[in-house]
Amino acid sequence: MKLLLGAGGSKLSYQALEKTIERASEAGDDLTVAVFDNEEIDTNADEVIQRVQETLDEADFEAEIRQIDGDPGSRLVDIAESETFDRIVLGSGERSTLGKIQLGSIAEFVLLNAQTPVTLIR
Amino acid sequence: MIRRYPDDPVGSFPEPPRTITDREGRAVHIRRGDATDRTALIEMYSRFDSADRAQGIPPSRETAIERWLNNILADECRNVVASHDGDVVGHATLVPDEQEGYELAIFVLSEYQGAGIGTALVETLLGFAQSDGIEQVWLTVERWNDPAIALYRKVGFETSNSERFELEMGIRLAGDS
Repeated sequence: MKLLLGAGGSKLSYQALEKTIERASEAGDDLTVAVFDNEEIDTNADEVIQRVQETLDEADFEAEIRQIDGDPGSRLVDIAESETFDRIVLGSGERSTLGKIQLGSIAEFVLLNAQTPVTLIR
Repeated sequence: MIRRYPDDPVGSFPEPPRTITDREGRAVHIRRGDATDRTALIEMYSRFDSADRAQGIPPSRETAIERWLNNILADECRNVVASHDGDVVGHATLVPDEQEGYELAIFVLSEYQGAGIGTALVETLLGFAQSDGIEQVWLTVERWNDPAIALYRKVGFETSNSERFELEMGIRLAGDS
């Protein structure tokens, strides 16, 4: 299966990356990691790319890392369609201190607009 | 993230403790809650209907309920509990966020819903908050939860963000005079 994982540097996006690597190595999936600047998080694409690369190296798993510009949600949806990915994977759903789960705006957009199946890891 | 609150503060709310008569004629006592209510609250949440869960709370497993209660019964939070005939039947909590505001949530056992207890819990919790000098309170609510949204509006909350799955609402409390 051809997987497109979106990573913007949130804690949950790194968790999603680790889980996806685990499953992809078992299933022999082909993984592309699309890195973007997430306005809701204090980090930048370069830092995210570095950490994604380190995580891949540690797991000894090869994947393409690609930086995407523009609106992350719509770019993920477009890339998945135009390059015939089988699935989009995203980590989202942080809890507030009170404990309520809230999806980030990028995950919301992808869930509502993707024609590709979406796996949300939280 | 910057939260928005209404410009105009909302006036005075009743403070705990108080006893109300609900629309079913039941005497319901509302008082401050703290860590000593933990056992009674675990009991209430273990009876909670899964259909009444919202945005992942209350958690379903007892260990997760206990962990969650430890967080929201901490000293920096504000809690009120409603009891009837010695049983805790409702609970409302305010938990400080990373800024100046407090996040609010209320829970009422299903057989006690629709009788005005939720409204009384929110009003009493806001009265408690006001007496402690808290001014900014917010909450999120699922868009399709019309009874809850109506309740919050009636109390004085205004929609502050409607671009997400969940509606965010806020209230600015008048200082205690």
